Amino acid sequence: MTPRPATVRIAAGQGFWGDWLEAPYRQVTGGPVDYLMMDFLAEVTMSILQKQKARDPSLGYATDFIPLMERILPVVAERRIKVTANAGGVNPRGCAQAVAETARRLRLGGKLRIGVVTGDDLLGRLDGLLARGHELRNLDTGRPLSDVRDRVLSANAYLGASPVVEALCGGADIVVTGRVTDTGLTLAPMMHAFGWRPDAWDLLAAGTVAGHTIECGAQSSGGNSLVDWKRIPDLANVGYPIVDAAPDGTFEIFKHPGTGGRISVAGVTEQLVYEMGNPAEYITPDCVADFTTIRLEQTGKDRVRVSGVRGRPATDKLKVSIGYFYGYKAVGTLVYAWPDAYEKARAADGILRQRLADLGLTFEAVLTEFVGVDATHGPLARATAPLDQLPEVQLRIGVRSPDQSAVERFTREIAPLILNGPPSVTGFAGGRPKPEEIVAYWPALLDKQMVTPCVEVVDV
Amino acid sequence: MPLVELAHARSGDKGDTANVGLIALKPEYYPILVKHVTAARVARHFKGMITGPVERYELPNLHALNFLLHGALDGGGTISLKTDAQGKVFSTALLRLELELPR
Repeated sequence: MTPRPATVRIAAGQGFWGDWLEAPYRQVTGGPVDYLMMDFLAEVTMSILQKQKARDPSLGYATDFIPLMERILPVVAERRIKVTANAGGVNPRGCAQAVAETARRLRLGGKLRIGVVTGDDLLGRLDGLLARGHELRNLDTGRPLSDVRDRVLSANAYLGASPVVEALCGGADIVVTGRVTDTGLTLAPMMHAFGWRPDAWDLLAAGTVAGHTIECGAQSSGGNSLVDWKRIPDLANVGYPIVDAAPDGTFEIFKHPGTGGRISVAGVTEQLVYEMGNPAEYITPDCVADFTTIRLEQTGKDRVRVSGVRGRPATDKLKVSIGYFYGYKAVGTLVYAWPDAYEKARAADGILRQRLADLGLTFEAVLTEFVGVDATHGPLARATAPLDQLPEVQLRIGVRSPDQSAVERFTREIAPLILNGPPSVTGFAGGRPKPEEIVAYWPALLDKQMVTPCVEVVDV
Repeated sequence: MPLVELAHARSGDKGDTANVGLIALKPEYYPILVKHVTAARVARHFKGMITGPVERYELPNLHALNFLLHGALDGGGTISLKTDAQGKVFSTALLRLELELPR
């Protein structure tokens, strides 16, 4: 048995699919780390990936992961840095295969093992589950899934850290998963390195808090940080956060020396409350973490210590993320210039709405925003803005409907306003807006015993 | 007194609900937030911008309050037509709140 390490360093490399491509490379080369954790999956990402897989069975994973891994594989192989990532989407095996091919091309064959975590994908099992009385009611509306069953595009249970731990125990250097929770990708290395038991609730809660702290990448190291934002140094060179975890569940957040950004109690607090529900009940498949027990302390420059975290037993349910086809939407914009910019934009909105009505088009929703006036803070901003002196205003109008043709017709009603509406209008370089299919999100719960994660570890 | 002088904030989304974490700029400001920035006061502040109720949770350990603004995002996520479909700037919208503090 390998000796337990004194601490384990887990670096955040991606906070979402589309995050900074430089971050993973900088994390594995900027100083010593033990693990690189990367989160790729947002709620509706799985539906997009299911569509891609339907067109080509070898796809269905986060394709950006492959060139990203190509760049870092020589470093992680040499420095024995392990990687956990939910880039597998709805095809973790396909993703692992693509990583393996890349590794072999880089002459790393025989030097790496890849773990694959599946079992989260419920799309093919839905009818069986419904038939057995699992209604998968919408957590927000209470409606049973049978309401939209024929429109479901993806269905995935959120798996926790355990299958990732199993892959690491099996010797995996790179663990590619489907819908594993963001926090599980950070907790798993700690459970593996320190031998934490799956019912050590305080420790699991601490690891979950660590995961939440770094799962959005630079959001805990100075990015999108409101407090004292003007004086946060060198964001161009921002260092992504790294957890330095101890076996007792305490950990420190830091970043590599010489990088920009800032790690402060105030900034970490901002990330802790991000997307927070009831702070005493942060529910994951692994445990229930109590965020009201967290203690933060600045222990050095760009170093924050986190301690005191308490947890409670995990529930007997797993959250299920279901994506279903909802309808269509489109958003069009035009820019109006001084003088009377706001008045012109309002007049254009009135004309457009009248034309839509005259055409007999009806929509589930029509939303007008005036960017520069009320698009972010609504009436709170409108009340104090110098409405008659604004240098410019963007009219932004969106429609939503189950009827594709109504949305399509709307998209043709924007451009005419340039010549046949109010004056001083510009900003139409992007062309006609495109109708978009809406894939809506249906959150539900399912008995844990209905989901069995599957773990494979393969040699490259 | 404008709330922006007492607190900073970050917001995010969960479906059609926006959350705003409101954090005291100094620990001694936290009791002021607890006393004056009530769920009812925040609901009044966002009148016309949200369709559901406001819930408040306290995190004295972080000198922070967490507000859940239900029905804030025009259906939320991909359904929403809003610029701020994910509730990212409800944070600073809350900081516009003016507190009537005794002298």
